[in-house]
Amino acid sequence: MVAVAETVRSPRRRRLPASGMLSFVGRLFRDKPLGAFGFVVCVIFLFCGLFADILAPYGYNQISPLNRLKPPSAQFWLGTDNLGRDMLSRCLYGAQLSVIIGLSAAGLATAVSIFIGIVSGYLGGKLDMILQRFVDAWMSFPDLIILIVVVSVVGPGMGPVIVLLGLLYGIGGSRIIRGAVLSVRENAYVHAAQSTGATLPRILWKHILPNVMAPVIVLFTTRVGAVILAESGLAFLGLGVPPPAPTWGGMLSGSGRSYMYLAPWLALAPGLCITTVVYAINVFGDALRDLLDPRMRGSR
Amino acid sequence: MSAPDTVLEVKDLKVHFPVLAGAVVRRQVGSVKAVDGVSFDVRRGETLGLVGESGCGKSTTGLAILKMIDITSGEVKFEGENISSYDRSRMRPIRRRMQMVYQDPFGSLNPRMKVSEIVGEPLEVHGMASDRAAYDARVASLLDMVGLLPDMADRYPHEFSGGQRQRIGIARALALDPALIICDEPVSALDVSIQAQVVNLFQELQERLGLTYIFIAHDLAVVRHISHRIAVMYLGRIVEIAPRGELYAKPLHPYTQALLAAIPIPDPEVEASRPQQIITGEVPSAMRPPPGCRFHTRCPKVMEVCRSVDPSMRDRGGGRAVACHLYDT
Repeated sequence: MVAVAETVRSPRRRRLPASGMLSFVGRLFRDKPLGAFGFVVCVIFLFCGLFADILAPYGYNQISPLNRLKPPSAQFWLGTDNLGRDMLSRCLYGAQLSVIIGLSAAGLATAVSIFIGIVSGYLGGKLDMILQRFVDAWMSFPDLIILIVVVSVVGPGMGPVIVLLGLLYGIGGSRIIRGAVLSVRENAYVHAAQSTGATLPRILWKHILPNVMAPVIVLFTTRVGAVILAESGLAFLGLGVPPPAPTWGGMLSGSGRSYMYLAPWLALAPGLCITTVVYAINVFGDALRDLLDPRMRGSR
Repeated sequence: MSAPDTVLEVKDLKVHFPVLAGAVVRRQVGSVKAVDGVSFDVRRGETLGLVGESGCGKSTTGLAILKMIDITSGEVKFEGENISSYDRSRMRPIRRRMQMVYQDPFGSLNPRMKVSEIVGEPLEVHGMASDRAAYDARVASLLDMVGLLPDMADRYPHEFSGGQRQRIGIARALALDPALIICDEPVSALDVSIQAQVVNLFQELQERLGLTYIFIAHDLAVVRHISHRIAVMYLGRIVEIAPRGELYAKPLHPYTQALLAAIPIPDPEVEASRPQQIITGEVPSAMRPPPGCRFHTRCPKVMEVCRSVDPSMRDRGGGRAVACHLYDT
């Protein structure tokens, strides 16, 4: 029996193993109050988006010519726009579109980044060289030019916007993941797995991916904001989700911009929505990154 | 034909890394001869110490034996099987029999995996555990073997000290019941007090499990403690190989003599009075090793012949061999 003073000390009292998800939310609220705030805001917006049909007092395209450009009041909480449409309703429906576009395009972008980054960074060699030159070429085009060209060819709409923004940000972001992979793959534990005979998918899945999660999460959360803003840029050019579908970006750059001085609430309402969601997702993402790292357990 | 108790036979092993130049068209302008003609064998149950200064190729030799880097030429025979030309899939069953323990106890354990996953990964990779219960039992017994408590299995590596982490790494290496463990400076990163415990653990495990070690180190005191035989490397070559006792009592190669002379004696008077034998200069570039004996640029006993003729390993009897013209008779 090997018994050595160094190791034979009474084990520290361990946390009770609570069921995964619940204990995770518990830790979020206990250790990361700001992250918890972000989480709550995200949930609220998701809720609004999902139940916009029930929550919204008016239809998003319900025009009321008598109530044009009305300031916020008891009847119209966030005022009305130049066509007399209720801004609150439009913001709620906008949550639906913007959240869907934001999450799915950012999700796609992150997936693309992870795939290119891991393949390029881990396998390295000629493949890395070729992939990275392709990424270089892609990144040297201004984003907006690519967007305009492709959207004018395939036509505007939610699907193309999501795919396009996903690819656009995904390819650029792959650099960040590749860099992280390059440093992770040199660790002795990766080497140990290789020398044991672990298969490539296993190494990538168990050793590389979990250890590049920190940049992945940050990448995702920053991309959500970027995508929502990019969609508003496209909407401004008439290449986003076509009106009358209400996206926050569209509202901001459409009537919001035109009537900014006459009716500031037109810009303020969607603008605040974008800001709040982007901020909430970012702080939530930061908290997520810390909580998912076993090394941060028990620390604040 | 190798004797049945020979676990590993290395013959004229060479590992050269190409040096490329050119911005667009890469062409090879030379090669770093990290390992340049190394031969030795390791018998079952013994520990072969591999010593030498940084960059002499001792770690590269270890990696080449594991086939983690490409062998330029030469032969590696493991348990009678020539594995030098084996590809990844043919190496897989071999990897069960050869494991490695790493130098850095912090980098060698995945921070995102629990101890049970780290220790059990080799079992999973080779499908050695039939079910969850067998897996857990095996992990628990491995942890016990290296002096850790079974309930440490649910913790993450960052919760352990350097010495404990090294034990986890050893448990992982033991998981598949290997015949040979290559220990790449396994105690260099530990405190001296912990070093002794880990070295003792290595020895206990060797006795219990009949393990064979290749123990790579630069600390001559540690190597002396654990090894049965010691090979001294210089610039990609083995210059002397001898049983431990003989090597320390009467080193033959001037490089070995200089290495041993550099061990401080813990008595200031003896230390001050003993003759100093300091070798000067730097290790020559492994890209352009000097002609003749590789050590001749720094050797205090250099002769004319050393500058032109490369000395070969000569058997001196009693299991020792040396590559030096001083012993040409």
